[in-house]
Amino acid sequence: MLEPSKKDKITSDLLRSIRLTNSFKAWMAFLTVALIICLGAYVMQLNKGLVVTGLGDYVSWGMYISNFVFFVATSLIGMLISAVLGLSGQKWASPLARMAEIIALAFAAVAGLVIVSDMGRPDRLLNVFIYGRVQSPIVWDITVVTVYVLISTLFLYIPLIPDLKICHDKIEKLHPLARKAYKVLSLNYVGSHEQDLIIKRLTRAIAIFIIPVAFAIHTVTSWLFANTSRVGWDSTIFGPYFITGAFVSGTSAIVIAMYFFRKNYKLEDYITHDHFDKIGKLLVLVSLVYLYFNLNEYMVPGYKMKRFEAFHINALFTGAHAFLFWSVQLFGLVIPIILLIFSKMRKPLPLLIIACCVFVGGWFKRYIIVVPTMEHPYLPIQNVPLNFKVYSPTLIEVLVTFAPMIMVLLIISTLAKIIPIIPIQETIEELEEDASH
Amino acid sequence: MVGNEEQPKKRTRREFLQQIGIVGLGSALGGSAILAAFNYDKNKTDSQRIRVLTAQNELHEINHGDLHDVNPQKPVQLTYLQQQGREGLEGKRFVMVIDLSKCQNARKCMAACQNAHHLRPEQHHINVLKMEETENTPPYYMPKPCQHCDNPPCVAVCPVDATFKRQDGIVLIDNERCIGCRFCIAACPYSARIFNWTEPINAQVDKDLEYNVELNVPQKKGTISKCLFSADQVRLGKLPYCVSACPNGVYYFGDENEDAVTNGTTKETFRFKKLLEDNGGYTLMPELGTKPRVYYLPPKGKSVPFKESDKEEAAERLHHT
Repeated sequence: MLEPSKKDKITSDLLRSIRLTNSFKAWMAFLTVALIICLGAYVMQLNKGLVVTGLGDYVSWGMYISNFVFFVATSLIGMLISAVLGLSGQKWASPLARMAEIIALAFAAVAGLVIVSDMGRPDRLLNVFIYGRVQSPIVWDITVVTVYVLISTLFLYIPLIPDLKICHDKIEKLHPLARKAYKVLSLNYVGSHEQDLIIKRLTRAIAIFIIPVAFAIHTVTSWLFANTSRVGWDSTIFGPYFITGAFVSGTSAIVIAMYFFRKNYKLEDYITHDHFDKIGKLLVLVSLVYLYFNLNEYMVPGYKMKRFEAFHINALFTGAHAFLFWSVQLFGLVIPIILLIFSKMRKPLPLLIIACCVFVGGWFKRYIIVVPTMEHPYLPIQNVPLNFKVYSPTLIEVLVTFAPMIMVLLIISTLAKIIPIIPIQETIEELEEDASH
Repeated sequence: MVGNEEQPKKRTRREFLQQIGIVGLGSALGGSAILAAFNYDKNKTDSQRIRVLTAQNELHEINHGDLHDVNPQKPVQLTYLQQQGREGLEGKRFVMVIDLSKCQNARKCMAACQNAHHLRPEQHHINVLKMEETENTPPYYMPKPCQHCDNPPCVAVCPVDATFKRQDGIVLIDNERCIGCRFCIAACPYSARIFNWTEPINAQVDKDLEYNVELNVPQKKGTISKCLFSADQVRLGKLPYCVSACPNGVYYFGDENEDAVTNGTTKETFRFKKLLEDNGGYTLMPELGTKPRVYYLPPKGKSVPFKESDKEEAAERLHHT
C-alpha cells in the first residue's frame, strides 16, 4: 500500500495545473486573436469565393486538402499510444495516454472543419447527409471520421471518470459551478470495486474497437487519392503508406506536447527522461517503417519511368518540387532517424527539436503528396493562365490553413486546463502495484 | 426451509416457460405458413417475363420479380428543368466523333461553347489542345470536350449525386446540388471539369434566369461546370454548339442506337460504326476503363499543316521525359 502522504503529493502535483494563471489567460488571448484574424481571412474567402486561393481548374486541391490529410494523420496517435501500446502491456506509456487522446480528439474534431474550408459551397454541407451516396469515398470518410471522434471522446472520458471525482474532491478554491460540473461528469463514481471494474472493461473494449476505426479513417482518407487514376495517387500501397506516415506525425506531435506540458506544469517526476527516451525509440521505429513505404512508393515508379509517371517523378526528384521533396525526406525522415539512434538525442530538448522537424516535415509531406500530382494530369494544361499551371498558395489561404491549427491548440490548452493531463488514479494504482510486487 | 419455499416458484416458472414455448412455436409455424403462402403468390405474379434494354444496349428477357429499382430514393424537390435534365432522352445514346485530320485550331468551337454556357475566357468546356506524343511523331490539334464516359469516375466519386449519367449517355452536373468539393476534378483523367472560382461572368445578367441543368446556366460561384454535349440543343433535335460552330468539318454528332452521326459543318450524315471502321477510330486512354462516348479519328492526311508557332507548346511535355 502506498503511503497516504505520497498519494496526496501525486494528487496535488497532478492537480496543480488546474487553475487559471495569468500566463494561461495571455496564451488563450493570443490564440483567440490569432484565430479571429484567420477567420477574417475565411470570411473573405466566403465572400469572394475560392478565387482568393491559389487553386485553379488543374490544381484544384492544395493546402486545405494537405492540411486535412495531416490532421487526420496526427489524430491517429490516440490509437497508437493508448490502444496499441496500452493493450500490448507497455506500462511506461500510460502517463502519456491522456495526452495522446486529447491530441487525437482535437485533431480529429477539427479535421471536419478543414474539409469545410475547402468546399466551394459550405452552405450546402447538409446535402452530404440528404443526398449522400454510398459510392463516394467522401461519404465513407465523413462516416468514419465522425465515428472516430465519438469513440475518441469516449476513450478520453471513460478512464477520466475517477480523476473527475478526484478533481471534485481535492481541488481547493474551485468555482461552485465547476465543482458541480465535475460532480455531474463523474457520474456518481465513488471508487467501488464494481465501478472500477466497469471502467476497466469499458476502456479495454474501446481500446480494441478504436484500432480498426483509426485504421479506417486514414485508409479511407488515402483512398480519396488512390481511388483516382492520377499518376502519383494511383497506388495500391496508399492505405498502409498513409497509416505509417500518420504514426510518424502523431508521435512527433506527442513529443512536442510532452515537452511543453512537462515544462509548464512541472511534471518532471511523471514525464521522465525515460519517457522521452522510449518515445524517441518509438519515433525511430515508426519513421523506419514509413521510410520503407516511401522507398516503395517512389522507387518503383521511378525505376520504370512510365511516360506520365515520369513527369511526376521528374518534378519531384529534380524539377520544380525537388527542393521540398528532398527537404521533407531528409529533414523530416532520414536525418531524424539517424540522430535518434543516439541516446543523447533522445533527451527532452534535442528530441523536441527533432520532433518539430518531423512534425513540420510531415505537413509538407502531405503537400508533396497532394499538389504535384494535380500539376501532372494526363493531358497537357493549355490555354489557361499561368497560375492554373503552377500552384502557389496565397496569404489568405495560408491564414485559413492556420485557423484549424489554432483551434487544435485552443482545444488542447483548454482540456489540459480542466482535466489532469496525467491520469491520477492510474498513476497511484500503478505505484501501488509496483509496491506490492 | 428456504429451499422448500423456492420449489413451488420454480415449478410455476417452468410451466410458464413451457406454455410460452408452445405458443411461440405455434406462432412461428403459423407465421412461416403465411409467409410461404405470400411468397408463393408473389412468385406467381413475378414469374411474368419482361424485356429490358441495358445501358450497354443489349436486350434481355428477365423475370418481372428480378426487376429492382436501382434508385429507390427519387430525388426530392427538383424543378421541372432539373427533373427533365436528370432523366435525359429516352431511347437515345449520344456519341461524338472528332476528326483530328480536319482540326486547324480555329477555336470557333471554344468560342461558341463559352458563349452558350456563359463562361470566362479561361474556362473551357471544350479545349483545343496542341499535342505531340513522342519526338518523332507529328504534332496535331486535339479538341477535348468531356468524354461522357459510360463508366464515369467523376460520377462515382460525387458525394451528393450532383453529377450523374443520364439514360442517353450524357453526363451532366446539377449546380443547385453541387457542394464544391472538387473530387470530380481530381477523379477525371481527361481534365474535363472546371470550377467557378469566382462570381460567374454573367452573374448579374443571369440572376433571374431559371436554372437549366441542360445548359448549366446560370453558372454558380463555388460549383463545378463541364461540357454537357449541349443537352439543351439535342433535346430540340439540334447539334451541339461546338459541332455547329466548327468551320472545318471536325465534328460529327449523333445517336449510337441509330448508328448515325451528322457532320456539323457539311450536315452530311454517316453510319457511325462505318465511319470509325473506315478511319481507324479510337477513344482516349481506353486503358483506364472509362469507356468514353467521344471517339477520335486519327490526324492522318491533314490538309493544313500544324502551325509553326504552336510547335513549341505542343512539344513542351516531351522535354520533361
